Amino acid sequence: MTTLVEVKSVSRHYRMPREHLLRAPEVLTAVNSASFTLNRGETLGIVGESGSGKSTLARMVMAFEAPDSGEIRFDGTDIHALGASDLRRMRQRFQMIFQDPFGSLDPRRKIGWSIAEPLRVTHAETPAHKTAEALEQVGLRAADADKYPHEFSGGQRQRIAIARAIVTRPDLIVADEAVSALDVSVQAQILNLLMDLQDELGLAMLFISHDLAVVASICDQLLVMQHGKTLEYGAATQILNAPAHDYTKSLLTAAGA
Amino acid sequence: MKRLPVNLLIGAALVMLVIGAAALSLIWTPHDYTDMNIRGKFGPPSETHWLGTDQLGRDVVSQLMAAARNSMAVALAAVLIGGSIGTALGLLASAIGGWVEDLVMRIADIGFAFPALLFAIMLAAVFGPSLTNAILAISFINIPVFARVARASANQIWTREYVTAAQAAGLTRAAISRDHILPNIAAPIIVQATIEFAVAILAEAALSYLGLGAQPPAPSWGRMLSEAQTLMYLAPQLAIYPGLCIVTAVLGFGLLGDGLRDVTDPRLVRER
Repeated sequence: MTTLVEVKSVSRHYRMPREHLLRAPEVLTAVNSASFTLNRGETLGIVGESGSGKSTLARMVMAFEAPDSGEIRFDGTDIHALGASDLRRMRQRFQMIFQDPFGSLDPRRKIGWSIAEPLRVTHAETPAHKTAEALEQVGLRAADADKYPHEFSGGQRQRIAIARAIVTRPDLIVADEAVSALDVSVQAQILNLLMDLQDELGLAMLFISHDLAVVASICDQLLVMQHGKTLEYGAATQILNAPAHDYTKSLLTAAGA
Repeated sequence: MKRLPVNLLIGAALVMLVIGAAALSLIWTPHDYTDMNIRGKFGPPSETHWLGTDQLGRDVVSQLMAAARNSMAVALAAVLIGGSIGTALGLLASAIGGWVEDLVMRIADIGFAFPALLFAIMLAAVFGPSLTNAILAISFINIPVFARVARASANQIWTREYVTAAQAAGLTRAAISRDHILPNIAAPIIVQATIEFAVAILAEAALSYLGLGAQPPAPSWGRMLSEAQTLMYLAPQLAIYPGLCIVTAVLGFGLLGDGLRDVTDPRLVRER
């Protein structure tokens, strides 16, 4: 297996709003020296409660924000060292699925337009068959491209968001709480769809969730975070069967495992 | 079907009345509004002159209609020019952020702090009174209004997930502003434009009243008002008619803008 994503001791600090005129503002460490590697075609789950830094870590992997220290390599390239236009081109290869299926599609655009958006960055003319193909891969009909987001249910919208993420044939998909806004039955459908697509397209996935039950079923590796620190990192089976940390145990209990 | 708010309906009716009169004046008025007839001055309402004649014997209805056309043209030009520049600046400020945003908005604040009419008078004093300068002055005072509305609305849209998704797709901030931000702030911009239309009509009337807008013989409600002022005891109706027209137009666009805001503002009406 070849390495796709390599995160080396990455940290990110936020400066809190100054509360006292003469005192230095407090600094919040959102991510404290996190490291992991993700191989092609594999899934890494990042688990933690809200405020654990898991989303910040995802945003740094997506190059939405830069780490204060450490580096993130995608297929050998340090993405935070790239120039703006090189990074934009590189973005074709890592896409994201968001939490809110109602918020991640522009309400004023037909979904075919939204799905083709990543393609338009590199193609002057978007091949219509690629949009149709992506829609069919996520279990929707090619004719749905002419509809608006409000005509779909939450689960369908999440399928549309997935279609949009895979339309450029990326190597990596970052799913930030991609199923936590959905009903349990729909969650299972979307998770199955993601696993099918992973097999079909050889995708690597970075799966961020607060729910260990969701992550446990689909991940090869796990990284458990709390307050920005990495508590555990290793093979999913090992962590689920023999959690080394009390926090992981409490997450397992909460997940009902 | 939702019931439309009353202010929207009344506003739309008044606006259609004014725009209808202005449009009609392009092809037909009862008389040529410049036709003078000194012997028939201060004529009472009659079959030929529905609202009578003024101090030079000109037909009042024809003048009011032609003035409506001028008023609409000035307001439209001013709102379009000021609105486009202001919206573009607001989008730019929102897209770039940081000190650029601060700079643009502080300049807009200065624009707000400056009395609009005083600025127009200054402009007229420097470049001479004319309709073009009145349009420029009213456009200019519209810029900060639209910049502020556009930037506030755009900042909200920038936090949406579909904008983050567009960034993930590799779009530039300029492309996102064009493809996502502008279409999604259109509603508040249009509402603001309707309200500013009313303000522009009032500003044009005020400038013309002071002799800084439309120059004779171009008809204007504001100028009709100022000319009639000296004749208040002789023919008070000559001041009342243009006054009523100004009230109708300003009230109409104001109510229409308020109504549109009631319909489109998500804080008042849930969308989903």
